[in-house]
Amino acid sequence: MPPALAARDVSKRYGSVVALQGVDLEVAEGELVGLLGPNGAGKSTLTKIACGLVRPSAGSIEVCGHPARSAAARTRLGYLAELFRFPGWCRADEVLELHQRLAGSSGGAAERAELLELVALSDAAGRRVEEMSKGMQQRLGIAQALVGAPRLLLLDEPTSALDPVGRRTVRELLEELRRRGVAVLLNSHLLSEVELVCDRVAIVRRGELVAVGTPEGLGHAGGVEVDTGDGLRRFDGARDDVPRIVAELVAAGERIYGVRVVRSTLEDVYLEAVEGDTR
Amino acid sequence: MRSGVIVARHVLQESVRRRVFLVVLVLSLLFVGLFTFATIAVFHDLSSFQTGTTGTLDARGVVSSTLLGLGMFATLFLGAVLAVFLTLGAVRGDAERGLLQPLVVRPVGRGALLGARFAAASLVCALYVLLLYAVVVVVVRVAGHRWPDRLVGPGLALAAAVVVIVAISLLGSVFLSSTANGIAVFMVFGAGLTAGLITTIGVALDNHTLKTISHWMTRALPFEALYQAGLHALTADQTGFTGALVQLGPFGSSRAGGVGLDLWTLGYVVVVGAVALWGFSRRDL
Repeated sequence: MPPALAARDVSKRYGSVVALQGVDLEVAEGELVGLLGPNGAGKSTLTKIACGLVRPSAGSIEVCGHPARSAAARTRLGYLAELFRFPGWCRADEVLELHQRLAGSSGGAAERAELLELVALSDAAGRRVEEMSKGMQQRLGIAQALVGAPRLLLLDEPTSALDPVGRRTVRELLEELRRRGVAVLLNSHLLSEVELVCDRVAIVRRGELVAVGTPEGLGHAGGVEVDTGDGLRRFDGARDDVPRIVAELVAAGERIYGVRVVRSTLEDVYLEAVEGDTR
Repeated sequence: MRSGVIVARHVLQESVRRRVFLVVLVLSLLFVGLFTFATIAVFHDLSSFQTGTTGTLDARGVVSSTLLGLGMFATLFLGAVLAVFLTLGAVRGDAERGLLQPLVVRPVGRGALLGARFAAASLVCALYVLLLYAVVVVVVRVAGHRWPDRLVGPGLALAAAVVVIVAISLLGSVFLSSTANGIAVFMVFGAGLTAGLITTIGVALDNHTLKTISHWMTRALPFEALYQAGLHALTADQTGFTGALVQLGPFGSSRAGGVGLDLWTLGYVVVVGAVALWGFSRRDL
């Protein structure tokens, strides 16, 4: 079975500006991948190329084995843009109905009701978009992206306008999607969110992928903390160094109350990867 | 095709439910009210001092032709306003506002999307100008007891003219932001009116150069040629001094249309549509 998303050597130039350069990335079926990077790193450009909104200057992207921009690829994906809007005169239910028709979904009213419930908008089905808060519109956008049961979901900053409760709703939704086997490429600045829900993380800097891996795998040893009679002391080293450090301290007459291997957080990894890039 | 119909239906819904439609409706009612009032007053004044023809001048014919010309001019203007407001932000404007992307990523196809917008806006605008033209004709008939010399042709010419404006506005929307496109299309519309005035002056002075310039301008802007053809059909049977007077008319000179103009207009719309589609297919959103 082909991966849900396969980007091969993708580059994009806007005049003299290089937005993406030689990006290779795969998202497997049912995998949840977080795309991190500073503003202007090329995350949205990669997402837009994947859903056919932007043409790559070089390279190719396939969605479930079909070239991006093809009708077959677009049938299999759902997309939430970073900046999007629905017509203010439309009701929530009408927005979903329009997208059902365009996506060729036969889910009908049952699918619309289920999607609205998933994003906690069941009570707002008859409400016009212009009467909704920004957060409600964002959740409606997520529901729209899920119309037609896509196999790949491309979410560009889906929680940017949400309050903590809304973010939690989205996080639970992402976990539910994982259970259903939907692949997700999630663009986000919220590292904690990505760390909590994503199987893998890809970090983009100035158009290039600089790190890819699981959140745990990307982390590295950040030293050993030892709780001694003189207080908490920190030593350079990793798990393998713990016996030596403890032995040396005991030999020196210290009393040991606890030992912890410190690993770098995703935030540390991210900051290290994009160091000096503050666009 | 199915997707195109879905998008066209969505655009039609939008046309009816957006506030711009209400504004156009209010403006139209205002125009019809004023036009009716003016028409009744003019024919009342005319009947109070003379009736029928005086020498070679058919006063009632001149007045009814002038009023019908005014009606056509206002109808074309209001139709152009509607056409522009329905389409000025169809591509770049909607993309900048984030309205377009959720639709484009669906398996619709950019060609179907653009074609649907063209079809829906053309349908709304054509029906609108046909309705308004019919009201104008009926008002002149009731108040002045005169029908235009050709009843259907001028209405169809107006409908075709607004379809051309829809096509131009959609093409502009691919390359220009909403505001810039709105300004550009109204300037193009103004250029069409200017071509009409040049035609009038050229005919009045019998100046070959001016007539040639106006001919090419109206070919470049066929909505003006269609308008002139519509005006000509309104008064096609007027002859003598009356005929000369109404052909020069205060709302631009008139010139007979024909199959050549129809084919030119069709080709023009096809080419404009093809360029718009080419630009849209290459545009990053």
